[in-house]
Amino acid sequence: MNQDQPTCHSASPEPSPSETFVAFTAGLWKQNPVFVMVLGMCPTLAITNSVRNAIAMGLATTFVMASANAFISMVRKLVPKQVRIATYISMIATSVTIVDYLVKAISIPVYKALGPFIPLIVSNCLTLERAESYAGKNPIGKSILDGLGMGLGFTFALTCLGTVREVLGAGTFLGFPLFGSNFEPWVLFLLPPGGFITLAMWLLTFTLWRERSDKRKRAREAALEKPVEIAS
Amino acid sequence: MKPVIELRTSPHLHAPRSVETIMRNVVYALLPICAYAVWLFGASALALLVTTTAACVATEIFICKMSGRESSVGDFSVIITGLLLGLILPPGFPLWMAAVGGFIAVAPGKMLFGGLGFNVFNPALVARAFLQAAFPVAIMGYTPALAVHRLSEFIPTTFAIPLIKAAPLAGWIEKTRVDAFSGATPLMLEKFDHVHSELWPLLIGQRAGSSGETPALLIFLCGAYLILRRFMDWRIPAAMLTSALVSSAAFYFSDPSRYPNPFFMLLSGGMMLGAMFMATDPVASPVTPLGIWIYGSLIGLITVLIRLKGGLAEGVMYAILLANAMSPLIDNVTQPRSYGARGKEVA
Repeated sequence: MNQDQPTCHSASPEPSPSETFVAFTAGLWKQNPVFVMVLGMCPTLAITNSVRNAIAMGLATTFVMASANAFISMVRKLVPKQVRIATYISMIATSVTIVDYLVKAISIPVYKALGPFIPLIVSNCLTLERAESYAGKNPIGKSILDGLGMGLGFTFALTCLGTVREVLGAGTFLGFPLFGSNFEPWVLFLLPPGGFITLAMWLLTFTLWRERSDKRKRAREAALEKPVEIAS
Repeated sequence: MKPVIELRTSPHLHAPRSVETIMRNVVYALLPICAYAVWLFGASALALLVTTTAACVATEIFICKMSGRESSVGDFSVIITGLLLGLILPPGFPLWMAAVGGFIAVAPGKMLFGGLGFNVFNPALVARAFLQAAFPVAIMGYTPALAVHRLSEFIPTTFAIPLIKAAPLAGWIEKTRVDAFSGATPLMLEKFDHVHSELWPLLIGQRAGSSGETPALLIFLCGAYLILRRFMDWRIPAAMLTSALVSSAAFYFSDPSRYPNPFFMLLSGGMMLGAMFMATDPVASPVTPLGIWIYGSLIGLITVLIRLKGGLAEGVMYAILLANAMSPLIDNVTQPRSYGARGKEVA
């Protein structure tokens, strides 16, 4: 859980992207909640059977995280350490209640499709993790950006899963048929095992990708450090 | 000078016997069944067997290359997986789905665990379970054996375009059927239509079913070859068939009008192929003798329960997969007392 946080005290010698920028982009890619931190698996597996549900769930979580991070960052110096978790959770729960009513007001079908999973955002470990490890230690602006970045990264991951599962499982993308009416659906991908298989495949893909780029980076750094030996 | 006494460490084997020899002999034992399947179901069965084997071999080569390992195709185990997968699919199964199955069998079913010797489940059954969950309609597309033009023309579903629904089979079955054959397997007839089947066609395999599961007698003989050459443990098929016979006899004698003849249970579906070639997977079955008896009886019992009490017509696949999952546990509780240890102490 304790990975390198892109926190404000990351004193980098060379001119790097500003800390505010890093706060936002960390969640999108480098610390993607699903593909890197492997947090929030419950909605990731349960709600990604269609792209629409995945995006709705992702955006709901984004909103919850941005607003909860803002609240928590505001009171971070007032809350005694012993009761911080309870405080964080009640703030997250407040945001979740707001989102619950918002989704209901915007679209009843989406609300019904997401079912109990919107109230369950409150128990998504991702929200509490960000509150504990980021919003409770950082100023309000950066906390909001962190919440937004993490939320959008989560949305991106959910959409990745939802795309594979909807295209293979129903032959549609966002409800738009891709293969005509004679499509042979892979029923499995709409069922829970399909969620696990798809998640595993995406994790594999992104891990391979990350390892490759890390290797290239190390090779580049090594080449910079050592003067290139001219082959005899 | 020649040494007077040659000292070697154990194991003291009389004959050189490697994984490769055993696996090659299993392939030999499977070939008559494949040939008979092609004769029964025609060109489609041949295409199916070739596709599954090619897909399995290609996946293994690809994964070995990707993970920088030496290619393990040479030990023949992947060919067994491919042939078995072809034998447990319906003969008219669309080839593109069969290729997907071959990939699933080898990539997640075997290589992800670390290759031969590490797989928890029988790879071919993993693929079959995946295909059954993914394409529930296609996997029920059974066609009658000995159709008229089977050797010269393909079953129409064989060449279904990937991702597109195959043409319905009913018309083709109507056109080519001989006497009273229908597309349903004897187990489906028994379960859903309460039609009893004769035992003789089951014995020689002239019935609808997966391409290689039908000739019970031939499968038994091929298995017997492996048992006689001691390439597999006779206890597994013995335990599985006995337990299936006993448990289905118990059902039969409790109410002969409702439950089928126990010998029908033994000869129908994939019971014989499962007992001889699937449950005997040397990696996924227990090693202690007592454990093997427990494992085999468990498979027979679960199969009968699924067939008679469950929603599915056939239960061999899930029974074997379940028993595979339990085999480490079975091994653990049936460890023999180690020499010199007191009571139930485990070494």
